[in-house]
Amino acid sequence: MSEERVLKVAAETDKLYEVLGFVSALLEENDCPPATQMLIEVSLEELFVNIAHYAYPEGNGWAEIRAGVEGGIVAVTLIDGGIPFDPLAKPDPDMTVPAEERPIGGLGIFMVKKKMDEMTYERKDGRNILTIRKRIAAG
Amino acid sequence: MTIKQNKDGSKLTVALEGRLDTTTAPQLEGELHTALDGVTELIFDLAKLEYISSAGLRVLLSAHKVMSKQGSMVIRNADSSLMDIFEVTGFSDILTIE
Repeated sequence: MSEERVLKVAAETDKLYEVLGFVSALLEENDCPPATQMLIEVSLEELFVNIAHYAYPEGNGWAEIRAGVEGGIVAVTLIDGGIPFDPLAKPDPDMTVPAEERPIGGLGIFMVKKKMDEMTYERKDGRNILTIRKRIAAG
Repeated sequence: MTIKQNKDGSKLTVALEGRLDTTTAPQLEGELHTALDGVTELIFDLAKLEYISSAGLRVLLSAHKVMSKQGSMVIRNADSSLMDIFEVTGFSDILTIE
C-alpha cells in the first residue's frame, strides 16, 4: 500500500470538511474520477457524522481516519472509541414503502453499502473500526 | 452553498450552488421553512450543485412532503453524479426529476 495517512480529529460535525479534505487530497493525487470522489466523500460524510452524532453520548470524543491507496483501490478506515455500533447490522430501509412513510434514518448507511465496493466493521479493544474500499483506477 | 430564490407569483425557483451536506442542509431547511408559504409550484435547479449527502436528501424530502399538500415540486438539471445518488436511494422514484 502507498503510505497510509492518519488524521485524528475531535468527533464533531464541524470537523467534517477537515476529514473530507484529508481524503480528497489523497484521491486527487491518485487521479480519482470526480464522480467516484463524490461517492467516496458522501460515504465518508455519512460515517463520520454518525460518529459525531451518536458514538459519544457524553461528548468529547475523537475519531481517527486512516486512508491509503493500493492497486487502484482506496481504503478509508474510521476508528472511534465510542459506544459499540455496527452500521452493517442495521436492516436496509424498505424501499417499497411510500416516501411519505419511509423513515429517513438508515438511508445514509444504505447509500454507503450500495456505492462502496466493500464495507467492513470490527469491534476491537473498545473501538469501532469501520473500513470502506472503492476501486478508483485500474489495478 | 449559495441559495438563489426566484419567485414569480406562486411559482418559486430555488437554485442551489455548491455542496448540500450536513453543514449546509440546515441553511436550506431554514430558508424553505418560510419560503414555501403560498407556493404552488416549486422548482429546484441543481445545475450548479456539486454534491449531495443524505442530510441534503432529507431536506428535499421535507420539501416534497410540504409541496405534495399544496402543489408540485420538480428537480431540474441534476448531473449524472447527483442522479446516481437519487437512484440508489430510491429518490428518483419519489421525486419528479426532469
